[in-house]
Amino acid sequence: MCTLEQRGRVFVLTLTGDDEHRLSHALIASIRSSVASVAAAAASAGPGTALVTVGEGRFFSNGLDNIWAGTSRERLQGLVDALSPLAADLFALPMPTIAAITGHAAAGGFLLALCHDYRIMRGDRGVLYMSEVDIGLPLPPYFVSVLRSKITAANALRDVTLRGRKLKAAEAKEMGIVDAVCPGPAETAAEAIKLAEQLAARKWDGNVYASIRMSIFPEACRSIGIVEESDEEKRKHFASRL
Amino acid sequence: MATKDLCSVEKRGRVHLITLTGAGEHRLNPTLLSAIRSAVAAVRASPDAGALFLAAEGKFFCNGYDLAWARAGASPADRIAAMRAALRGLVADLLALPAPTVAAVTGHAAAAGCGLALAHDAVVMRASRGFLYMGEVDARIKIVDFFGELIRQKVPDAVARRDLVMKGEKMTAAEAVRRGIVDKAVDGGVGDVVDAAVAMAEGLAARGWNGETVAEIRKAAWPDLWRKVKDHGGEAPARPRL
Repeated sequence: MCTLEQRGRVFVLTLTGDDEHRLSHALIASIRSSVASVAAAAASAGPGTALVTVGEGRFFSNGLDNIWAGTSRERLQGLVDALSPLAADLFALPMPTIAAITGHAAAGGFLLALCHDYRIMRGDRGVLYMSEVDIGLPLPPYFVSVLRSKITAANALRDVTLRGRKLKAAEAKEMGIVDAVCPGPAETAAEAIKLAEQLAARKWDGNVYASIRMSIFPEACRSIGIVEESDEEKRKHFASRL
Repeated sequence: MATKDLCSVEKRGRVHLITLTGAGEHRLNPTLLSAIRSAVAAVRASPDAGALFLAAEGKFFCNGYDLAWARAGASPADRIAAMRAALRGLVADLLALPAPTVAAVTGHAAAAGCGLALAHDAVVMRASRGFLYMGEVDARIKIVDFFGELIRQKVPDAVARRDLVMKGEKMTAAEAVRRGIVDKAVDGGVGDVVDAAVAMAEGLAARGWNGETVAEIRKAAWPDLWRKVKDHGGEAPARPRL
């Protein structure tokens, strides 16, 4: 379902297999477990690490496992509820995060990519697509919160959510949704790892990095249940690092 | 009028110019912050103030909080809290000022110094030298609530905000203009930047706006920021806060 490896200072989480990487309870749990391992390893590795999430095959992720949910609202809500803590894990992760979008990323899969700090995408194939408007599903509130936090140009947000626009990498880059476009999946993964190494080389304190991320996206963090530190706690941190 | 050689105030027509004097880094310790707030209060009290602008002598506009002063104290956490509280008050003073405000970033503007520039209505920046640099991530300093709000309101683009604050990118004036963070890049030396800022400020003063209206509209335009600073300055009498 997913594998985790460490290459120097960079952790690489791979969604394995040439399938849609549908976010089922099992896959979400598997990813969460890997992300937890990364957080733990970072604590002992010290400052200067980064995470890259990459997919094998034609899909990054085609979203929540709607096939399994079928017409059951309970099942669908259960999946929506299960993805939120994974989003929280990523927003709270004490290192920079990069999504190497090596294939289609739709709905929950697009959201997963947005939960990362940076996005590198293949230009030859694959689209980013918030399919909910086409399927006739409302967007869960935390999806909206993350979308609004990361896609700040009003027209871009409208096109993604209200028009169900399917974005190729080049368009996504113009809209500020993707940071770099690469020819194919291998180059995308390589570029993502290269960026990860550059960011890791800055030797940022992970706890501070995560804190700063949360202060930049407080609404998204609130929507997924992250409680930001108080100013008082941040003040104590200043003293403690001397 | 010079205040302990920390900042000077002069009038050019209806434009009030506050200059951070000397060749140093113009670090924001309580003394300098108090001097700037006094200068701003004088402008507020002046009956025909058409516009205010803030500039600096030397290589630096403002290099942030005086961390050396903080570390030298018995309780560095208290000292940084004091500087944060004073800056919060100054931001409130600027938001409530019944006249348009311009920051002339004549040199490097880092961390709290960058925030101070952004707290003005408009920012002009020297093109040939100097960076905007939110160095907190590199210096391992967390970002407190009002400061995060200031950045979110004044740098609304998610990518620009991420690159400035989470990546600690050093942005030249041209880059900052391209990303919509500053309004104008000005070629030449400090004097040219000051002249351009004065010209901009004079243009604003010439509109003959009612000062109180400007202040009310500004507070309404940035309501979340105003809400977070209003109890520390502006119209409220200054109350000491930790």
